Amino acid sequence: QESQAAGLPEYIKIVEVGPRDGLQNEKVIVPTDIKIELINQLSKTGLPAIEVTSFVSSKWVPQMADHEEVMRGIEQHPGIRYPVLTPNLQGFHSAIAAGATEVSVFGAASESFSKMNINCSIEESIARFEEVTKSARNMNIPVRGYVSCALGCPYEGRIIPDKVAEVSKRLYSMGCYEISLGDTIGVGTPGSMKKMLEAVMKEIPVSALAVHCHDTYGQALANILTAIQMGVAVVDSSVAGLGGCPYAKGATGNVATEDVIYMLNGLGINTGVNLCAVMEAGNFICTALNKKTNSKVAQASFSTGTM
Amino acid sequence: ASGAYPQRVKVVEVGPRDGLQNEKNIVPTPVKISLINMLSETGLQVIEATSFVSPKWVPQMADHTEVMQGINKLPGISYPVLTPNLKGFQAAVAAGAKEVSIFGAASEQFTKKNINCSIEESLERFEEVMRAAREASIPVRGYVSCVLGCPYEGKISAAKVAEVSKKMHSMGCYEISLGDTIGVGTPGSMREMLAAVMKEVPVGALAVHCHDTYGQALANILVALQMGVSVVDASVAGLGGCPYAQGASGNVATEDLVYMLNGLGIHTGVDLQKLMDTGTFICNALNRKTNSKVSQASCRL
Repeated sequence: QESQAAGLPEYIKIVEVGPRDGLQNEKVIVPTDIKIELINQLSKTGLPAIEVTSFVSSKWVPQMADHEEVMRGIEQHPGIRYPVLTPNLQGFHSAIAAGATEVSVFGAASESFSKMNINCSIEESIARFEEVTKSARNMNIPVRGYVSCALGCPYEGRIIPDKVAEVSKRLYSMGCYEISLGDTIGVGTPGSMKKMLEAVMKEIPVSALAVHCHDTYGQALANILTAIQMGVAVVDSSVAGLGGCPYAKGATGNVATEDVIYMLNGLGINTGVNLCAVMEAGNFICTALNKKTNSKVAQASFSTGTM
Repeated sequence: ASGAYPQRVKVVEVGPRDGLQNEKNIVPTPVKISLINMLSETGLQVIEATSFVSPKWVPQMADHTEVMQGINKLPGISYPVLTPNLKGFQAAVAAGAKEVSIFGAASEQFTKKNINCSIEESLERFEEVMRAAREASIPVRGYVSCVLGCPYEGKISAAKVAEVSKKMHSMGCYEISLGDTIGVGTPGSMREMLAAVMKEVPVGALAVHCHDTYGQALANILVALQMGVSVVDASVAGLGGCPYAQGASGNVATEDLVYMLNGLGIHTGVDLQKLMDTGTFICNALNRKTNSKVSQASCRL
């Protein structure tokens, strides 16, 4: 096997964040039925995990105001996980009541980002999440932990790898089964990715790590490649590269799932995902959003008529 | 698996030639000259200036002589030009060129469609150029197109790429630039191709010329660097679409490449800000948006 020869994982789990992280950062409010259709289409592509919505106050994130209807409205295919964001205990309970069977909590490696984003310190946010993980444990609900600003912060600039390791360890110790390390503003490079992962991997087994790379500076695939060369086997991505960067107007955000799959296919790494099916789902949502895809693979495939 | 990276990387700027050649709008000669002059101030050591090809085939490069004669040639910077045959070579030298490039391919069909002959015949044609270049002490760079895939043949065997590269290197090309012409390559196929080529040509004589049509360019370049390649071609602002996939992107953007190399602590000598300013200049002149994500992001952050 090609992948084995190069010391790469045999299988990589793709976590599709388009319906949540992607749509959350799109200007146009998407009707509930379109969201549900998107998720249903994604459920047929082979993706093992699809982040559905966010149980956050609609005051803060209007795009996710329909979280209950979306959660109740989607087809939940056996074997596919449908995590939802739950910023606090209240959100957690609403999520469970609406049928969620997995949740995510969002920490940050930057105090300033934490303050600006959720109006509290990292320590206070950890305390909040501990309430969620405690309840989740009692109900056998798995919790995924995100760490934002892992490679840089829009307010603080450079972030120390040890800080990322520290926050990751707190989330892991409180019971998060997986820690997704997010390059929130896409400033990371293979150099900073390597240093950050080296620090985090001292505290957390690599099998519990995921990378969530933004392509704002075009570095995402190179960063992901670096991560998988170090043993990371879970990668977050967004169909059609949905979701711009809220910190750099007009710039791109999430890496496109299609482009990630194309690279992994070329490396002989198994993902279980059908690239053409993802491109079709991407085409569907871009048409609905009246926007061009951010996926270069989709653009090229469309242009050469191979799609 | 990661391995060590080269300490220094030579960035070969192909925007004024490969970039502009694949842009729809014809760029006036003074703008081409300003572009090259601005690039000369960024720290780039090699700037491909133009192509001495018949204007019938490539109208964008019809002003090759004026461009070659009009640019400021800074000491320490090389300004190679494309020369498809002896006639082009002689015109290039007469216009002041001190380095030339020739273009081969790893695909028979591509060669037929592109220059209407077989790979073998194209290499014979180049022999004439090599001989004349040797006599004039002019270094020649060799390009091999379609190294990771061909728009007509599809998959290209790594052995074929190695064979053509070896021939061009033996003929006297000091450097072989391996081009993923349609950008279909991935880190997997890049590794396989380079492993084959490196059996025949020393890695110090190799360069990679990656297109970003499928978004794979930087990841492919990363793998090439890990394998010891230390020369990378790129195009300011990612100029130059893909002639085989209308509307799709082509060349990898120099800004995005330099950003990555900076982050890896690899020395390039290139000033990223000056490079971005140059990209802004040519995009304004072309009335188009940049293809560089670094440039897009930096304007607003």
